[in-house]
Amino acid sequence: MKPRENLTDVSEIKRPRRWHILVFLLPALVVYTAVMILPLVETLRQSLYNTVDGQLTFVGLGNFKVLFGDPRWAADFWNALKNNFVFFLIHMAVQNPIGIALAAMLSVPKLRFGAFYRTAIFLPTLLSFVIVGFIWKLILSPIWGVAPFLLDSVGLRSLFAPWLGKPDTALIAVSLISVWQYVGIPMMLIYAALLNIPDEVTEAAELDGVTGWSQFWKIKLPLILPAIGIVSILTFVGNFNAFDLIYTVQGALAGPDKSTDILGTLLYRTFFGFQLQLGDRSMGATIAAIMFLIILAGVSLYLFGIQRRMRRYQF
Amino acid sequence: MSKARASYIRIGAVHAALIAYTLVALFPVFLTIANSFKSRNAIFREPLAIPTPETFSLIGYETVLKQGDFVGYFQNSIIVTVVSIALVLLFGAMAAFALSEYRFRGNTLMGLYLALGIMIPIRLGTVAILQGMVAADLVNTLTALILVYTAQGLPLAVFILSEFMRTVSDDLKNAGRIDGLSEYAIFLRLVLPLIRPAMATVAVFTMIPIWNDLWFPLILAPAEATKTVTLGSQIFIGQFVTNWNAVLSALSLAIFPVLVLYVIFSRQLIRGITAGAVK
Repeated sequence: MKPRENLTDVSEIKRPRRWHILVFLLPALVVYTAVMILPLVETLRQSLYNTVDGQLTFVGLGNFKVLFGDPRWAADFWNALKNNFVFFLIHMAVQNPIGIALAAMLSVPKLRFGAFYRTAIFLPTLLSFVIVGFIWKLILSPIWGVAPFLLDSVGLRSLFAPWLGKPDTALIAVSLISVWQYVGIPMMLIYAALLNIPDEVTEAAELDGVTGWSQFWKIKLPLILPAIGIVSILTFVGNFNAFDLIYTVQGALAGPDKSTDILGTLLYRTFFGFQLQLGDRSMGATIAAIMFLIILAGVSLYLFGIQRRMRRYQF
Repeated sequence: MSKARASYIRIGAVHAALIAYTLVALFPVFLTIANSFKSRNAIFREPLAIPTPETFSLIGYETVLKQGDFVGYFQNSIIVTVVSIALVLLFGAMAAFALSEYRFRGNTLMGLYLALGIMIPIRLGTVAILQGMVAADLVNTLTALILVYTAQGLPLAVFILSEFMRTVSDDLKNAGRIDGLSEYAIFLRLVLPLIRPAMATVAVFTMIPIWNDLWFPLILAPAEATKTVTLGSQIFIGQFVTNWNAVLSALSLAIFPVLVLYVIFSRQLIRGITAGAVK
């Protein structure tokens, strides 16, 4: 280590090794490396091994080939991957527009009760998946009848169906529950970005006769694009790492008929086993490695492809 | 005049939309808490009514307190959360201080290395984490959870805290050095007190995912003695699925501490998000 390059004008003193830097860094470095980085690397390594004749053997990309093509695995894997993309697309199409709309309304100047709305709408984000999952399971349950009752009060009783129990609607229903829970995050981040737009910009727009909707679309939206980018990548990472909500609402089998199975639940069943299925460490590591690669690809695309090209405005 | 009226209409529409969404956000929580205080018949006959003297009942709470060891679960959750936050704050602040205060070879690289964990979820290493915990004989201990959550919280803590530490004046620290304070004393006595608001923000951000996590308690510490509230209520509700009073009461009990903390910390939390997250 080099001595400090002088920060002040005091004459430079050559100091011996600055052990205190090491002392400051060491605890964080040890815990982070030992519990997070090494297991991650080790998991990736194990995805290249499998048990052959009772011996753990290097199989190269063999596990991936099995996962993609072997009839015992491929159907489940592609199904989970497809569902995971649908899960993500529903979040992007529903959660983020609602979040932007709420943020735009909250940022109306001199809005009364703004703090109350913000606090209330953000509340579900803090609840655990277990609470959220069960509450909605009860509400949507045909036994309790809250959902049919509410639909009845607006004359739409006929629309009710046990959405969580039908294979063609279960994934949408679960995704919307997750949207309900997480809409507070895009709302807050975009609200903050909208607050950062200086008054002069909006005043100048008003002088030019650009107000209301067209002001939002033409002036504000381009300025908050970086925040929308951050929200999108957070949604992506969160969705491809999701597990808890589906486990709570639909169980480890992600029913009905695996229609809500995503990579997180598939990883859980594969690694730990469930009911008759035995746990398989190598294939679990392989699925974790795929999730890692998907998330890494998304984050890299964002960092190098989108964030760099995005124009940032300095005020 | 017509312009003023148009703006009234617009403000009115904004309030109507926000009130509508606020109802959507709060209704399920309200529904759960209100029904947890009602008798079984009332839950089904009039799910939307608030409890009245005739329908009031605490039978659900009695079942929960008798059947599940919720006091123990709460204790576990509190121990895990508090110790993890303390370690994240201490280790995170120390590392952030080293990164923001000193220039040394590999400084930027170290910062990037520690920032990796902000985007890559720790969950993906579960296969090897479990093996490691088995090897270290830490399965079904709270220590395992504390270690995992500390590692999980550190990246964001280091990132946020080092941003804040860069704003602490150099003159102050150099004055301390001239007065003969050691680097440790400068960190503890000069810098830490100044970044207390940032530490509070980090604490709130770290706390929520730890308190709510289901994955690691399920995998690393599912034993009765080490269950957290989140896992405990998940299993309890699974067993009592048909006892609606008990399910609703267990849910309300799980919501309650979050509500209290949120009421206390909501300003801190919202200010933290709106100030730090988008730059």
